[in-house]
This record gives sequence, structure tokens and C-alpha cells, in this order.
Amino acid sequence: MSKEVFAIPNVPTPSMPVTFDPEICNGCNHCVEVCPIDVYIPHPQKGKPPIILHAEECWYCGCCATDCPRPGAIRFNWPLQARPYWKNKKTGETHQL
Amino acid sequence: MTTWHEFLNEEGHPPSWPYPIRFGEERVVDTDVLVIGGGIAGCWAAIGAARQGLRVALVEKGDTVRSGSGGPGCDHWCNAPANPLSRVTPDGWAEHMASRPYSNGIGIQIQCREDFDTLLEMEQMGGKIRDTENEYAGAEGRDDKTKFMISPRYGTIHSYLPDPRMGEPGFNPPETRNNVVIRVWGSTFKPALKKECRRLGVQIFDRVMGTSLLTEDGLQGGRVVGATGLDSRTGEFLVFQSRATILATAGAGSLWLMSMELCGYSNMHSRAISGDGTVMAWRAGAALTKMESTGMIMIATGHKHKWYSGAGDASYENVPLVDARGRRLPYPIQGWEDAGAMVPAPGVEAAVRQKILKGEYELPFYGDFPAMAEVERRATWNLMLGEESTTRIMIDTFSAAGFDINRDLLQSYKFIEGQSLPQWRDAGYGGGVLVDWNLKTTLDGLYAAGTQMFAPEDHSYAAATGRYAGRKAAAYAREAEAGKISREQVEAEKARVYAPVKRSGGLEWKELHAGIARAMQYYMSEFKTEPLFKMGLDALAKLETEAVPRLFALDPHKLMRTLEDLSMLEYARIIIEASRARKASSVPLNFQRIDCPEQDPAEWNKFLTLRQQDGRVKLGELPLDFWGNMKEQYEAHNRDYTGVHREK
Repeated sequence: MSKEVFAIPNVPTPSMPVTFDPEICNGCNHCVEVCPIDVYIPHPQKGKPPIILHAEECWYCGCCATDCPRPGAIRFNWPLQARPYWKNKKTGETHQL
Repeated sequence: MTTWHEFLNEEGHPPSWPYPIRFGEERVVDTDVLVIGGGIAGCWAAIGAARQGLRVALVEKGDTVRSGSGGPGCDHWCNAPANPLSRVTPDGWAEHMASRPYSNGIGIQIQCREDFDTLLEMEQMGGKIRDTENEYAGAEGRDDKTKFMISPRYGTIHSYLPDPRMGEPGFNPPETRNNVVIRVWGSTFKPALKKECRRLGVQIFDRVMGTSLLTEDGLQGGRVVGATGLDSRTGEFLVFQSRATILATAGAGSLWLMSMELCGYSNMHSRAISGDGTVMAWRAGAALTKMESTGMIMIATGHKHKWYSGAGDASYENVPLVDARGRRLPYPIQGWEDAGAMVPAPGVEAAVRQKILKGEYELPFYGDFPAMAEVERRATWNLMLGEESTTRIMIDTFSAAGFDINRDLLQSYKFIEGQSLPQWRDAGYGGGVLVDWNLKTTLDGLYAAGTQMFAPEDHSYAAATGRYAGRKAAAYAREAEAGKISREQVEAEKARVYAPVKRSGGLEWKELHAGIARAMQYYMSEFKTEPLFKMGLDALAKLETEAVPRLFALDPHKLMRTLEDLSMLEYARIIIEASRARKASSVPLNFQRIDCPEQDPAEWNKFLTLRQQDGRVKLGELPLDFWGNMKEQYEAHNRDYTGVHREK
């Protein structure tokens, strides 16, 4: 825990509309181009997943994940307040995303 | 490592802006037809113009491949009465659709005549419009010969409310359905449109926000000879010189609501929908109309997992809604049995509410997918929701998390999420640019399509009118002389655009957006009176004089968002000015004035137009059917129309 603690403002929320799997993502930045909002910027290091810069501007259209050429590289991460519920019709057991 | 904060913690510094900074640098683009807005209407406009052999430039704030409300997808091709399964004629259906007061008879006639041709062209480009793999054989509405899938939306009449005859024996039987709406695989459309634009040589300027129109000699009301733009990644300034210009941007979606919780979607739309095109037209002196019409957002912000604002969410195309004990609710299912009704009748809604309070219905409600026939269930989940706009990612994530349409009930948020506040309003589906039968605005050289026009409709309307505007603007551009750009006008716009980057502190875009929204909530809400309108204008003027000079933007992206705010501020002013001008209440305009309570008196049944001249608002009016005989006018203006495009 020797890392410097920066004084930075609160993190805008939701801060993470998606998560990247760095094992699958090859940093092609297709999502950076597809996103109509410019939620992402390319990572300065080639091959790494993009940086989520404008997280709170996301309108959750999903095009980044839908059009990703490497399935599984981008996982959608719904904000807690927007996670849906469902119920097993037979058992009555409820689930939330 | 994926977030900005993680980067900071690991690297010890924030990432540098990844694109070259070119604030103040200027790039001049010369073209025949300029299209501003690269959504559905804009792409089709660019294609329509490029097919005439002209040079076309397309300017888009995001990336044309997925931008716009129709970018992620579209599940209905509405009002295609020229399709072979239709039981109504294009002209007859257009008359029916345009009989709704304050609709746009010109756009509707174009849609009804041409949007089936447009759909077939979509198929030529690679868009999927039929069940070619026989995935849904046996589904109701599927035609085995053409493999078109007719949608339940609309029975014999167009209505989002349940048909009053619903429930009567033989209501909406297959043999009398009008068959005007086709289910489509719209997620394939936008990439295909961009590809076609490229193939036709359209010069695409992605990540460029249109900021102003340029007029001959820089005069308001003069011929439009080009436009300016800002690259939202580099900050570069673009000057477009064009013979004809087509505006194809959207309305101002979040004018009344800046959700600090989820500011990317304060309503159904993305924040990018900020009324830029309408404001550009206004500043240039073009006439607008129907700007006083607004409606409640009818969606609790942050509930993206509900498909739509109106009906019981979790229902969609035939999905029955049940209460927590499995009792069927008398709600619209947007399906065959209620002819696609989307919103419950007010009486039905009130009765359900009463039964909830008495404990007769138990919350929450659910969409009962397992109760549906297997093929209908799949068609709704995979096709309708899988292809409709932003719902595709929902079904993908729900399915990955274990939701099974064959086994599970999907929760509805009706009632438990509460009502949308009446102060949260939406300017969409109302005001816009006034057009004639060429989709030309009141300014020479300027055309409009899709949601840019007053009283717009849906995706296929945007497509058909975009394609039409492209054709008409090209015809004009071919004859027109190149216009002369006014240097003075360009410099004035540059000064306006770059003012926020000259400051390093002050006010950020989010706060101004919230300030505009609050002024609209207070003074342009369900309570409408002249004194409140006046207070609203004063509040906006205060923002203009006190907040706008303090705006700052640290990078090109934030500068774009700041300029969007300035569009919204002007848009807000126009709405209030238009509202002051209508001194009567109106049901179809959703416009109730406390000080002028008479509803739709005969002398006020007219379009009010407004434009700017020398900084003053000039009012005008037009009859509700100012377009004349729709069939005759359409035919008179389109003798050269050749139908579905074939490559020569």
C-alpha cells in the first residue's frame, strides 16, 4: 500500500457501463469508433482495452458490445439502479441481473 | 484497467488527450450537397443525392455506423402501405394518417408512397427485411411466400390507444388487417447504410458537430450556401461550402430533464440529441412550426430496462402481462388481440390502480413469456426486442445472466417505479422545420428530412423522407450557382464556438444543462400562463447573460457538449415564444393554457409558424392542411420518380 493517494473529485457515477476482459480484448478500438457518444478513448499503450472516459454519458445503446469483433471482450455492466428482475414461473424464485 | 481513475492510480498521471488538438485551425470543404446529421434520414439523404451523381458530404456528430436513434436497430418498418400484403392503398392510408390534427401530410404522403421502395433498397444494400432462414415459420403475420413478417401494430386504424371495439367478437381478424407495418431486422441497417454511402463516394465527416448554417452575404433569411462544424475529437473548425444543404438532425430530447444520476439518458434518447439542426435553421432565419407542442416524457429516468414509455413495460408484441399471482391484466399487449395498442386507455389504467390499492392485483407485474406460443415468444424476444434500438443489449445481457423466455416471467416496473413527473417533458415528436413538397425549408438551398421536420414520425419515415430530400436537394444543387461564403459570418461563428476553450475555469456544461432544464420545468410545464412564460424567458435570458459567458471546456469533447447546451438554450427560448403565440389550449398539441382554457377553438386550429428576422420573432400561420391535396401534390412534384433504384 505504498501507492500515492491522489486528491481527486468523486468518481462520476455510473462509472463503468462495461467491463473489458483484457485476455480477450486485443485493443483494436472498434468500440471506440462505434460508440456514438465517445464514452471511450484509446489506451495510450497499443493492444490494451480502451479507457472509459465519459462513463456517465453512456446511453446504454450496447453497440460497443454488439459490434465487438471478439465476443466476450466487452461485458455490459448495468448500473445497480438499472438491473432488471425476473421470476421463475414454476418455482416463484426471483432473480436480479 | 479500464476506467480513468484506474489509469490515474496506476500511471500516476491522467491520460493525455488521445487526438491531436487543432483548436482554431480551419478546414474548407467544397461540395454540391451537404447533409448535416448522419442518422437514418441523413444517411438516406446522402445516398439519395449521391445517386444523382453529385458530390456529397455527410456530417455526423458520432460515427455514422451506429449513430442516431435508429443506429442500434429498428424493429418496425411502419406505414408501408405499398407492400404486397397491404390491404390499404398508399394514398388512402396517407390520408388516414394525416387526418390526425397537426400531423405532417407532406412527410406522410412521401412515406406512404415511397417507404416500401426504400425498404427494398435497404435489402439491396444488405439489410435483412424477411425471414429468409425460416426462423419464424408459423408465426402469426408471417407470409410464407414473401417471407415478410407483418407486425400486429395497427389494426384497421392507427392508434396507440386500444381500439374501442377491442374485445368484440371478430375484432381484428386476419382477413381484415391492414398489414401496413413490417417487422424488420433493423440492427443490420445502419452499417449497411454507411457502407453504401462509402461505395457511392460520399465524403463522411464523423465526430463533427454542425454548429451553424452559412447564408449568402451572411444575411439572416438569405440562401443557405454552407455550414460550419466542429470536430469533437480534435477541435478543428470545418467550413463547408455547398450548393444545397439538408438538415437531418433530431429534436432536443433532454431539454426538461438533466438526470444527474444517469445523464447519458435523461429520457429515451441519448444526450447527443440536443436540437442543433433546428437551432441552426432558426438562426439562419428559417421558419419553424408546432414548436409549442410538448408531452410528458412518460418514462422514469434510469429505467432503461423498460422497453417503452407507454404500455406496461415487459410486454411487447403479444406478451401478456400478469400480476404477482399470475392473474392476467387488462393491459395493452401491443399485439394481435388489441391491434398493437401501446398505451392503456386512461380508464383502464385508473381501474387497475384501484384494484392494486384494494389488494385485488398484487405487485409487481410480469411479462408472461412462457404463456405464449413458442414461435411467438421467440419472435418477440429475438426479433422484436433483439432488433429494436437499445433493447438488443438488454436481451443479450439478460440471456447471458440466465433469463429464459421459456421458463421465466420478466418483471414490469409499471406502478412500482411511480409516474414520470408532469414537469419532465419532451419536445420530441412536435416542432421542427417547416417544409414544402420538395422538403425545402423556407430558405433557398436548405432542405430538411426525418425528425428535423415538424411533426415527424418513425424510422421508415426518416428513411423515406431522407431519400426524398436527397433527390430534391440534388436537383436544386445541379442548377444552382455556387454560393459565396461570408468571411465575417465564419469569423463570428468561430468566436462563438471557441469562447469556452479560452477559459480554464467557470461553469461546466452539465450545470448549464441542469439550469436550462429547471427553468423549463418551472415555467414551461403543465401550468401554462403568460406570466409564467415571461418568467421563463427571463430565466433563460439570465442564463444567457450570466452563465454562458462563464462556460469553459477543457477539451474538444466537452466543447461539443457545451455547444449542445447553447443549442438547447435557444431551443428552449423558441418553445416559449411559440407557446406565447398560441392563445388557446389544444388537446392534440398537449397544450393547456390556464389563461386561455378554451380547447381547440375553430379560429386556433392552424399551424403557427415562427422565424427570426433582425433578432425579432416573426409569427405566421398556415391552415392545418396547407399541403393541399396530398395525392395530386405528390404526383405533381414527382413525375420523374422511378421507384426502386437499380444500378445502371
